[in-house]
Amino acid sequence: MKVAIINYNAGNVQSVLFAMDRLPGIDATLTDDHELIRTADKVIFPGVGEANSTMKHLRQKGLDDLIRSLTQPVLGICLGMQLLCDYSEENDTECLGIIPQHVRLFQPGNGEKVPHMGWNSLDLQPGTWLSPELDGQYTYFVHSYYVEKGPYTAATTNYCQPFTSVLRKDNFYATQFHPEKSGKVGEQILKDFLAQ
Amino acid sequence: MFAKRIIPCLDIKDGRTVKGGNFVNLRDAGDPVELGARYSEAGADELVFLDITATHEKRKTLAQLAREIARHLNIPFTIGGGIRSVEDVEVLLNSGADKISINSAAVRQPELISEMAKHFGSQFVVLAVDAKFVDNEWYVHLNGGRIKTDIPLLPWVKEAEDRGAGEILFTSMDHDGTKAGFANDITARVSESLSIPVIASGGAGTMEHFKDVFTTGKADAGLAASIFHFKEIEIIDLKQYLQQEGVVVRI
Repeated sequence: MKVAIINYNAGNVQSVLFAMDRLPGIDATLTDDHELIRTADKVIFPGVGEANSTMKHLRQKGLDDLIRSLTQPVLGICLGMQLLCDYSEENDTECLGIIPQHVRLFQPGNGEKVPHMGWNSLDLQPGTWLSPELDGQYTYFVHSYYVEKGPYTAATTNYCQPFTSVLRKDNFYATQFHPEKSGKVGEQILKDFLAQ
Repeated sequence: MFAKRIIPCLDIKDGRTVKGGNFVNLRDAGDPVELGARYSEAGADELVFLDITATHEKRKTLAQLAREIARHLNIPFTIGGGIRSVEDVEVLLNSGADKISINSAAVRQPELISEMAKHFGSQFVVLAVDAKFVDNEWYVHLNGGRIKTDIPLLPWVKEAEDRGAGEILFTSMDHDGTKAGFANDITARVSESLSIPVIASGGAGTMEHFKDVFTTGKADAGLAASIFHFKEIEIIDLKQYLQQEGVVVRI
């Protein structure tokens, strides 16, 4: 199976490639080549960084239109998930507009620290693309902004309030946490995505 | 539920783990990648690799090591030891490190924190600080605690946060190696004065010490080396104990 990992100005995309290489039967490439991305069986849109400059970079490389036009399963990770949405409060950023949701800054009400950094548990919605045994399991998060709960939410996590930690709309899948850094649970989530 | 983290620390010299400890069944107890994988399986939430090599070749070996760890490990890891420049950091991040830690270099040149946060994002930058209680005040110490500065601890960690550090790794030199418990009071003051997570280090000897540092000490994570290396405490036993005591951990 050919997996294209979109390579752009984002931090630590190498780890996503390594995680793919650990799975059997996966031929993963880190690339910004439109043709390679378009023809891949699965696409991963990773992301660590700041929303506004990342969107600018995507537009410059024409990757924004390319991502919108993809029809195979696409997995957004962390900032990649946030950028699939309409709008982010992070530096007032228009995002890709694929998921009709807003991305908000955490407002600690009970002394929570921002960023939300560390392991937190998943509450699965019924009937999602995730293996049911993942309910209640822990994954690794690093983020200050979150996607609100909405009709495309597949799992929530509680920090300051319940927010969307996994979602899906049509062929677009996304996780707020880093499955590539979430131990065996993360590996299962990557397998669940690759099985779509 | 948001979990408290347990973090083993591995000392690295010339690309090899030193003080590998009592790990039986390891083909090579000096191999940091294999030891790291072992800890990951045992339930460690994160790993810290601290390079204590003092050679010019350091940057290259450290980058190779980061790459090997990232290739084989599926939990986050921090790499630190002698990092002095944005270039040092860039090569580590491109090799797959999740975070880097800086210590003495940041004290000598605080703008390094700002530069690194600006280039790579706060989530990559862990400020490590060693402090000792001298004349009724906690002072920052350099070079593994050997050199005292006149910088008080609390203003320094606040400055680090303001400059964009994403996390503080605080070691009390007075507690380090004693196995008599963490420096809970000052850890709580550090934690309460900041809005970024604090990793407490130094003094872990029993499972109760971890409970204390997470409750009284208000730490977000607890770091230890020898008690894990020498299997005085198994991480899974520690986590089960903490869970029974009402501390949220990932099991």
